[in-house]
Formats: sequence, C-alpha cells, structure tokens
Amino acid sequence: MTTTTPEAVEHPVRKNSPGAASGPRRRTGRIRRLGLPYLLLLPALILELLVHLVPMVIGIVMSFKELTQFYIRDWGTAPWSGFDNYRMSVDFDAPVGEALLHSFFVTVGFTLLSVGLCWLIGTAAAIFMQDTFRGRGLLRALFLVPYALPVYAAVITWVFMFQHDNGLVNHVLHDQLHLTDKPSFWLIGDNSFWALLTVSVWKGWPFAFLIVMAGLQNIPRELYEAAALDGAGVWQQIRRITLPSLRPVNQVLVLVLFLWTFNDFNTPYVLFGKAAPEAADLISVHIYQASFVTWNFGTGSAMSVLLLLFLLLVTGVYLAVTSRGRRAADV
Amino acid sequence: MSSPPVAKSPMASPRSFLWSRRVFLTLLTGFVLVPVYVMVSSSLKPLADVTGRFRWLPSSLTIRPYIDIWSTVPLARYFVNSLIVAGAATVCSVVIAVFSAYAVSRYQFRGKRVFTVTVLSTQMFPGILFLLPLFLLYVNIGNATGIALFGSRGGLILTYLTFSLPFSIWMLIGYFDSVPRDLDEAALVDGCGPLGALFRIVVPAAIPGIVAVAVYAFMTAWGEVLFASVMTNDTTRTLAVGLQGYSTLNDVYWNQIMAASLVVSVPVVAGFLLLQRYLVAGLTAGAVK
Amino acid sequence: MRTIRAAAIGAVTLSLALAASACGGGSSNGGGSDSNPKTLTYWASNQGASIEIDKKVLQPELDKFQKQTGIKVKLEVVPWSDLLNRILTATTSGQGPDVLNIGNTWSASLQATGALLPWDAANFAKIGGKDRFVDAALGSTGAQGKDPAAVPLYSMAYALYYNKQIFADAGITKPPATWSELVADGKKIQAKGKQVIGAEGANVSENIHHVFVFAKQHGADFFTPEGKPDFTSDAAVAGVKQYVDLMAKDKVIPKGNAEYAQNQSVSDFAKGKTAMLLWQSAAANLKSQGLSESDYGIAPVPVQSGTPGTGTQVNSMVAGINLAVFKNSGNLDGATKFVKFMTSDAEQKILNTAYSSIPPVKGAQADAAFNNQANAVLKNTLAQSAAPLPQVADESQFETAVGTAVKELFADVAAGRTVTTESVKAKLQKAQQQMPTK
Repeated sequence: MTTTTPEAVEHPVRKNSPGAASGPRRRTGRIRRLGLPYLLLLPALILELLVHLVPMVIGIVMSFKELTQFYIRDWGTAPWSGFDNYRMSVDFDAPVGEALLHSFFVTVGFTLLSVGLCWLIGTAAAIFMQDTFRGRGLLRALFLVPYALPVYAAVITWVFMFQHDNGLVNHVLHDQLHLTDKPSFWLIGDNSFWALLTVSVWKGWPFAFLIVMAGLQNIPRELYEAAALDGAGVWQQIRRITLPSLRPVNQVLVLVLFLWTFNDFNTPYVLFGKAAPEAADLISVHIYQASFVTWNFGTGSAMSVLLLLFLLLVTGVYLAVTSRGRRAADV
Repeated sequence: MSSPPVAKSPMASPRSFLWSRRVFLTLLTGFVLVPVYVMVSSSLKPLADVTGRFRWLPSSLTIRPYIDIWSTVPLARYFVNSLIVAGAATVCSVVIAVFSAYAVSRYQFRGKRVFTVTVLSTQMFPGILFLLPLFLLYVNIGNATGIALFGSRGGLILTYLTFSLPFSIWMLIGYFDSVPRDLDEAALVDGCGPLGALFRIVVPAAIPGIVAVAVYAFMTAWGEVLFASVMTNDTTRTLAVGLQGYSTLNDVYWNQIMAASLVVSVPVVAGFLLLQRYLVAGLTAGAVK
Repeated sequence: MRTIRAAAIGAVTLSLALAASACGGGSSNGGGSDSNPKTLTYWASNQGASIEIDKKVLQPELDKFQKQTGIKVKLEVVPWSDLLNRILTATTSGQGPDVLNIGNTWSASLQATGALLPWDAANFAKIGGKDRFVDAALGSTGAQGKDPAAVPLYSMAYALYYNKQIFADAGITKPPATWSELVADGKKIQAKGKQVIGAEGANVSENIHHVFVFAKQHGADFFTPEGKPDFTSDAAVAGVKQYVDLMAKDKVIPKGNAEYAQNQSVSDFAKGKTAMLLWQSAAANLKSQGLSESDYGIAPVPVQSGTPGTGTQVNSMVAGINLAVFKNSGNLDGATKFVKFMTSDAEQKILNTAYSSIPPVKGAQADAAFNNQANAVLKNTLAQSAAPLPQVADESQFETAVGTAVKELFADVAAGRTVTTESVKAKLQKAQQQMPTK
C-alpha cells in the first residue's frame, strides 16, 4: 500500500551489460533485461491468479446465479437470476437483508472497537517498553505469546474460560468478586459481543505492539536529544516526537488490523461454532451461514461481493485521506 | 534495541511515567497471562476438576490428559499434516516472495504498480468469497489434469502460501530497498548474474526480513480454520480442524483440549520467541520504513 | 547462457510449488471418479462415543465384507459437525464417497440435489426388497411419492431416561407419563438439590427434534401439505413455547443448559447431576461414561395426557441413520453389494447392538437381543408413536432456521428475559421468512 520505491531505482543490469559483447549476446541480454523481472514475478502471479483472482471472478459469476441445493451438483446449469441475489441482500425491510444489515453494523462496531483497543494497548506497551528496565526482554517475549499461539488453541482456551458453569470468568466475577448476582452467559445472548471483543483484542494487540516497537526504532535519537535539550519531559517527548513519528507506521498498521479484523472468520467460528449469537454475528460467519448452512450459495456470493466492494471503498478512502494528511504533514 | 543514552540523562523519566508504566504493564501482564495459566493448569487437572466449578489450583496433578490426547483423536497424524502443510507453504511462500520482491525492488518494468497493488489488494478479499469457487477450481483441475488438489495437502499448501504471500512480498520489498544497491552492483561487476547477486548479496543481507516473513507465513498456515475445514479429509486433516474432535458425542474433555492446545502451541510459540529478535529487526527495516 | 539459467531458476521455482503440492500427496478421496471395482469409499457418521470407537466397531465388519466379495472398503468416520458440509462439497464436486451415512432427516433435502442413487424397485430388489424394512423407517427416506434416496440403516427414537436413585430419594415411584407430571416430579427432585432434566439449548438439531414433537402434540405441522413453511400457526407457537417454558416457566431445565451444544446434558445425566434426560438411544453412550444399565430406567417421552400414540399423542421423531449411494460412484455394483451387506440381518444385529439402536430391518428386529426392556420402549415408540420430520426439500433449512430460533429463545430465558407467546411468534415469523421462497 505504501511501497514507496526509492527515487534511485537504477538498472543494475543495464549498467553492467558489457557493450563490447557481440550481437547475439546483446540480444539475449536485452531479452533478459526485459523478461527477467516478469520471470521472477511469474510464480507469484500464477498463484495469485489461481487462488485469489480466478476464484473471485467465479464467485462474482455465482452471485448472479440461483445456486441452491437443486443446482449445486452442476452449478453451470443453475439459472441466471440477474440481480435477484443482490436485491435480496440489500432489501433491508425483509429478514435476509435486515439480518445482513444487522450483522454489518455489529461487524463495524466490533472492528472499530477492536482495532482501536489493539492499537491503543500495543502503542502504549511499546512506548512504555522503549527504555531498558529489568525484565524487559522477558516481558516482551511474554507479550508476544497471544499472537504466537495458533488461533484455535487460544480461542478454545477462552471458550473454556467463558463457560457458564465451569468457566473462570464467572468464577471470578460471580463467586469471588460477587460483581454479578447470578452467573452470566458469555457465549450466548448479548454478552457474547464483549466476549468476542475480549478475545479479539487479546489476540490482536501484540501485533500492534510488534509493529509499533519496530517503528520506534526508526525514530532518530537526535530528535529526542534535541527535545531533551529544550527541556521537554518524557510525556512531552512522547507527544511531540514519538506519536508524530509513528504516523506512517500507524497508517499501515491500522489499515491492516482493520482488514484482518473485519474479515476474521477463525475467531468467531471457534468461539461460537456455526451459528453465532445475534449480538456477535460477524459478517464473515454470517455469510458462511447464509451459504453453507442454508445452501444458498448465490446469495452468499452476492453478500461477499458487497462486502468486498465495501472494503475496497473504505480502503480507497482511507488511503486517500491519510496519504493527503501525511503529505500535508511533510510539507 | 539499546536504549538511547539521552533518555537516561538528567531529564530521566519522572515518577508519573514510572508509575504509569508499572501499573499498565502489570495489568497487561495479567490479561495476557491468565488464559495461558488456565491452559497450562487445566491440562494437568483430572476431568472432574474441569467439568465442575472452576478452580485455580488442580485438586491433584495428573499427566493423564497428555497421554490420552494421542488416543482420543489421531493427534499425531494431524500434527504431521499441519507440519507438512505449514512447512511447505512457508518454504514456497518465502522463495516466491524473495523473487517477486527482488524484481520489484531492483527493476523498473511496466506493470510494476499494477502488480503490487493487485497482490496487496488480495489481503482484503473475504476468505468466504472464494472458498467455494476455489474448491470448485481445485476439483476441476483435478478432473482435468489428475493433479489432486482438493482433499490433498497440496491444495492446502497452495492456498496457504498465497495467504501469506502479499504481506511477505510487501515486507521484503521494503527490506530489499534498504540493502544498499552498491553491494549487488559490485557483485554484478564481479561477474555474478542478477540471480547470483540476489542469492550471494541481497538474501544474506536480508536474513532478518526473510526470517520474519517465514515466521509470519508459518503462523498463518498453522492457524487457519476455514479452508482446512472444507478442503481436508480424514487423512489430510490439520490440527486446526482436528482439535474439534475432543468435544465428541460424549463429553467435553476440557483437560485434554487444554493439553492438546498446549502441545500444538509449544512448537510455534517457542520458534516464534526464539526468532522474535529477527522479527522486530525485519519489521523495522521492512514493513515500517 | 544466463538467460537459460534465469529461466531454469524460474522454472525451478514453479516446479517447487508444484512439487510441494504433489509431495503433499495425501490421498484425495477420489471415490467418485474411481472406477476400480475392487475398492469403495465409505463415509460413516459418528455413532459411537468417539470416532475411534466407531472405527473399532466398523472395521471388523468391513474386513468381513472384503472376505466375502473381495471389495476393500476405505472407511472414514466423519464427525457430525462436518458431515453435512462434506456431503455438500462432495455433491458439488462429484468427488465423494461411494457409500455414505446420512441423518435420515436430511433425506429429502439431499434427494433434491440429485446426487444420491434413487432406490427404485430394481435397486431394492438387489438388496432383498423394500418389504424387508420397517415402514416407519422407510417413511424417513425421502419425499413422498418419490423413490427413496437412501435405505434405513439404524433406527432410533427418543425416550425418557431417568436416574433411579434420584427418583427414589425424591419419593417418585414411577416415571412421569405427562408433562404436568414431569413438572410436578421436578419440584420433588429440586427439593433434594438435584437438577431435573437436561437439554441441549444451543444445539440446533436437538431443538428441532423436540419442538417438532411438542408442535405435534399441539396438533401442528411445520409445513402445509403442499410443502409450504407454516411456522407461525397458534399450535406451532404453543408447542415451541411449551418446550422453552420447561426452562422459562416450569424451571425444570437448568438455565445453564442454554449454552449446551456438545452433549454436556448427557454427561450431566451420567454423572448423576440431573435426574432425567430426553435422548435417542443413549444406552451405549451412557455406558461408555460409566453409568451402568441398572442405575437408570427408560420410559416413553411424556405426552400432554393419556398415552402415546399417533396424531397429538406423538412422542418422538423417527430418528435414525440412512445409508445412501452416491450416484456418480464408479462402482455402483460394489456399492449396492455393500448396502446389501450392511442391511443383512446378521450385520444389522451386530451393528445395532453396538450402537444400541433398533434395526430397521424386520428380520433383525425380531431377534431376542432387541427384546429387553430398554429396547422395548424404543421399539414401541418407533412402531406406534413416532412421526418422521417433514420430508420436504427445504428440511435442512427448516432445521437451521427454527432450531436457531429456539436457541435464541433459550438464550433470552438465560439472560432473564421473559418469553411470551408474542416473542415466540416473532422469532418463528423471522425463521419462516428466512426460508427459500421458491
């Protein structure tokens, strides 16, 4: 997204190719010069085409078909349904559209909260751990554990902790601290949203921590020295130097976190199974259910395409806005 | 990584900073550690302890769950499958990313921007959009060519390696850009081909970045659930799906689930922590430049 | 030369990727395209206490089959959570097993995909004729008027399992025959500090099975005779509400069960935490959890009043597993032979004993092994007072939509919200609108 190629992208080959070479040699040299980069990109291109782009096109085609259980056996024979699937998905007065809209809002709210918290905790931890102190190395390793754990192992542990009868959360909140008058349900009903958020933040913040930590190392020491000479305290240094310098890092970090959280399927799926509670009905699981559980792959595809369009829009606007902000800041 | 000398200067951290740091880091450590503690302690509890009311300490310590996990589900087989799939996906992903990143970093060519934007934009595709199409595609390729992709580890490897590819390429471009061009130009003058320059100069200089990418690729493949649940069968099932086998018709063996979770986590977490220095260094030079 | 080398390396990269896919190898389940007459792929459902137990039960029988016919059967036991998805992907791709187990309630839905071999008279003749099977079981093999999509393999019915010790402690002399008796007995059981009856509140299929029976007892069907969804009739609403009220109003189902979806209620019963359990053919399961057969009794599921029978006296669904053949199996002949083998009297006795189910084959059912008291209850229920779930193409969507609605109602109760006729009706209304319109 911000692959700023350095200004001096010179051609190593061109500089090197010996002009004294004879005719055929020069020709192969040129072919190589022109062809080599493409050749190098070829494997990546083929794989991206195979696994992402072609299936996406197929998915878009499917979204215009009436692909129910009667036709899945040979989906080519499924009748074209024009924009019916889309119309059904965005008819917000009917239950399918209404449920999709609800799921969309839940996802947006969840994503904003999760990304915000992940960023906040990650940044705070990275800044607090910029200086050396005893146990810093250990702590840093510890903080990376949630990120390093396989998703299902981590989430399944949370499932256990959120159990109504034998979970830790109710034991602490209800039995030990007496904060609730009866044990709460965390994996069904309205609380499930907060359960999901907790797990997502627990799992996600170390990534922000990692990236910000790396970003901090690129801030020139001289800036701090100059500020210290001006008499700026630690808090002021953080506000005046650290946070502004992190801006380019944050631009990418927030976008990546946003996309990952928004599309996250693994966490809700392991946490709630195939049918998520309404309060935590994230869009990816919702679409999964719309297609796999009710066997309506056409509508599922249409919903996915809508989701993709939305993400494209958000990403585009986000990059346009933040890049302008950056350029303005640079001036 | 070394602390700036200035921060230790007369303007050293005030009390408010130290105290906030202490409080914040303590709370955070608790938040991070509690699930880890639950996982470890519950894996050593007898079944009665995990089906009844939660208890912080086991009523008696047992390693029974660690023995039982191997027979309740064929965990060893899932483990091997995951290892093959994640390992192969990592190797392929890194090699391919190195080539692509080298091309983008060192050459000017038409379509460069289109390539980077396209590859990166696949990051935003919801997996659910291409799950069924990809599945159909694999099946048709299988029918047409006899290369079994669906249901085989190969299909999963291909899928997973493309999941980590965009981020890997992007990070390595950043890293390669930071390797001084003079170095590979000198190598070219010495008579290495461009690929010689890549392997003798650029790759060794970019080892931290490459390790970081490899770690990322491995973790992505090791933890994926959605595609694994549809594209594997009994013999090729990976851990991500296989672990669900502990909640069977009978009972939820929480102690075994925790033991199994721990067993499948240890290799990844250990590797990750061993390599974390590279990771930070790799990210510093690559991603956040 | 360098060009060649560059090209070579590029090619190496590519072949590396391909090699990786090949080295991954694995065995793709190419059963569908496999035209080898000497092998078959069989997907079994998870009937025993664990997948490993199933393998132990089935493998010796498959070996027997190989000895008889020379056909090797590759067995895969598919967990319930994956089974429908796997069937779906197999249907879509044409690459699936040759023979597979399906939940009998899915028969009509899967029949609609056209992927399963229809059992017309000719095919039935190959396995000994249609009349070898019990009628009740045949009633759950596909839409009416069409050739069955599958053959009954195991039959099961719901029964009321009760803990004898808890009943004795509470001074209850005989198991409740009606719901009001059950609620009254519940008070006595609660007085002794035990939970009354378990349920799987978050398990969509279990919910469907129970509300189907409750709706029947109120005189409702969830589908009109033309096959249109009809979820919101007063009787259907009353049926669903009565089931949810067992937790909400009568308080006999503990609120904690609202999040049960993995058969925790069975282990609660096995551990003596709850006094009663409504379950299908639970004996083998309970045994594997260490509850001996003398510790519990089996009675018919309660009705509103009177005794179980047909119509509003229905007290169970026709539960069971059917055996289906994939139409594009390359080895239809072998597949049919395998079905014949699995439905033979001898195999039926062995398998149904192992799974504590009832053979849907008349010859096997008459065997003494299925005449003990436990099986008598199940057999009577199946023969006299069980009804099949609607055999319509949209059945699996119905399970999902209504089952989820009931799950949400339980969640509401657990959260302390009140459940009213209106709120039940609203949920069912929503479920009905989610059904396919065509």
